Amino acid sequence: MSSAIDNPKFELPTLRIAPSQGWVPLKLKDLWEYRELLYFLIWRDIKVRYKQTALGATWAIIQPFFTMVVFSVFFGHLAKVPSDGIPYPLFSFAALVPWTFFANGLSQSSNSLVGSGTLITKVYFPRLIIPLASVFSGIVDFVLAFIVLLGIMVYYGLLPTTINVIWLPLFLLLALTTSLGVGLWLSALNVEYRDVRHIVPFITQFWMLATPIGYPSSLLQQPWRTLYGLNPMVGVVEGFRWALLGTNTAPGPIIAVSAVAAVLILVTGAFYFRRMEKTFADLV
Amino acid sequence: MSKTAIKVEGLSKRYRIGAQQRGYRTLREKLNETALAPFRAVKSLKNGNGNGNGHKSKSETFWALKDISFEVKPGEAVGIIGRNGAGKSTLLKILSRITEPTEGYADINGRIASLLEVGTGFHPELSGRENIFLNGSILGMKRVEIRKKFDEMVAFAEIEKFIDTPVKHYSSGMYVRLAFAVAAHLDPEILLVDEVLAVGDAEFQKKCLGKMGDVAREGRTVLFVSHNLGAINRLCGSAIWVNDGKLQMAGETEEVVSRYLSSGAQFSGERRWSNPVEAPGTDEIRLLAVRISNGDREQAANFDVRRPLNVEIEYELLAPLPRFRTAFRLVASDGTVILTSSESSNNGWDQTNREPGKYTSWCQIPGNFLNVGQFGITVSCDIPLVRTLFFVENCLNFHVEETGSHSRRFPERWPGLICPKFDWQLERLDRESVACGAISD
Repeated sequence: MSSAIDNPKFELPTLRIAPSQGWVPLKLKDLWEYRELLYFLIWRDIKVRYKQTALGATWAIIQPFFTMVVFSVFFGHLAKVPSDGIPYPLFSFAALVPWTFFANGLSQSSNSLVGSGTLITKVYFPRLIIPLASVFSGIVDFVLAFIVLLGIMVYYGLLPTTINVIWLPLFLLLALTTSLGVGLWLSALNVEYRDVRHIVPFITQFWMLATPIGYPSSLLQQPWRTLYGLNPMVGVVEGFRWALLGTNTAPGPIIAVSAVAAVLILVTGAFYFRRMEKTFADLV
Repeated sequence: MSKTAIKVEGLSKRYRIGAQQRGYRTLREKLNETALAPFRAVKSLKNGNGNGNGHKSKSETFWALKDISFEVKPGEAVGIIGRNGAGKSTLLKILSRITEPTEGYADINGRIASLLEVGTGFHPELSGRENIFLNGSILGMKRVEIRKKFDEMVAFAEIEKFIDTPVKHYSSGMYVRLAFAVAAHLDPEILLVDEVLAVGDAEFQKKCLGKMGDVAREGRTVLFVSHNLGAINRLCGSAIWVNDGKLQMAGETEEVVSRYLSSGAQFSGERRWSNPVEAPGTDEIRLLAVRISNGDREQAANFDVRRPLNVEIEYELLAPLPRFRTAFRLVASDGTVILTSSESSNNGWDQTNREPGKYTSWCQIPGNFLNVGQFGITVSCDIPLVRTLFFVENCLNFHVEETGSHSRRFPERWPGLICPKFDWQLERLDRESVACGAISD
């Protein structure tokens, strides 16, 4: 009748449904099987995000842009915070673009499981897809804000001169890894403890202050500056400035530390998520 | 394929009581609990309890499923029946991997898809077209597969004109039709279905059941949870009866359904007054029991719409009592009296003379008479125009259940309290007039 049944590519192995105990494998293969669902959920998030808003996708730009304006007035103009020789608005906006991507991804994914209760209680699929989709769907916003960033660079006549630009995707990946890692932890916690919803705004607020967005990390002396990289967003922000604006603060060691920290958060987050996954349908 | 499609072995699921109502705990509670745990342990040791985990027994649990085992062969359609809360849905949720069992295991051989709700993941802001793709992929279809069946789905749902309208502007009927259309085109080897047919108008339900029948005939393995016993009878060759989380019975559908009907888990089928002081009546006559029974005079509370049932009134006559009669009223669930029947309607009733002793007066209500539904019995005893001896209102309830009699072909409930079978005649009118014309020719 159907082609799928007529020519099975392979005999499916027996699926064993049994109680699991403690830590369980990530089952990335299972995740790969469901990649199309991931695609559709990302696509849905993007399509729906700015439906019935007057300003539409402009919102993706407004948030970082006005933060930049406020930072430039208070930190750059009044407090005279140094900016590694870069015009302050550009200096802060280059950091705010990846930061906004990170922060939105973090808060969206933290609430993603609780917001998908009907899906979780009615259909099976690897639950990792839900926070993954909410982080990935932020990439469209990022691209929009990034175009504005390029516009500001043109305005200041400061175009990337070095080959370092090719590393940009890697820094975006680092931001994504961190966002997803923290998102996995918080979304899984949020299912059982709804306190998380109230904690997330604090986390992003404190994290923003702990990240060199309005100030340069060059304010710190070595070895503290490298250790500062334990906050993965330090690596992301300094990486963006280095690759785009050519700041000569040589963030190599910072980025290495940040990458290790981010991967650690992601891996522990994924395992914690998988461990809690079996309770989701009963608690959400 | 000699392998079983589904093999379930000792499957159990435990829930914390209240976990479903409250859904989640707050961090403060958890911290509190964790911080106080050592104190509680010490306290319980002091009390000579010896059990350091004493506080754990306080958080009560219940078994939604306990030790369920069965097998389903490939190509078999199995119905799962049972009362609300018996654990049917929990069973399907475990088999579709939404929640984990607490004990036991299940082995699945083949591609499995579950349908616990139609329209899962539908987004009101997206158009019908977009929702077909989204919902299809949520149910486990591949994009090429959805694209291939797209036109078929749209035609099935009868929404061609509105396919690019956001579904929030759909009528509820259109919404459900679209949702079912996507689900109906799932192509798994094993399909788990939970009561999703209880949606839409009668016309569409018919279509859905037809589609389900096709699926069963195509040789898929189907596990089908429903309260519509008629649908189960029609679609499933065998059935499983789950009661209080346990497997009560598994076997051929007809047999399981009839045993399920006669079980009367909710209604006992009998009301008995064992204490003579409390029993309704007078010094001359006392009511002992009121009972509903099936054609074999076995006490029951659930009846097949096709089969007869008896109303039995058991009483003790303490003194000679002339010209008295027992009677009952049949009352619909909304209180409407459907009929009254009395032994006085029998010819020669006023000639019967009853010695003191125990009696049962009973009569039969034929099968294919009452419609599907819940009914109540009110019994009385009186000497006509003289006095009432007892009158017990609504002392017993029973169910008449759909088993697919008159509506075997159509999954609809006919309106009305009774539903007797009448003989229908057919006359052709136009043919005769043609014949007349031929004569005049």
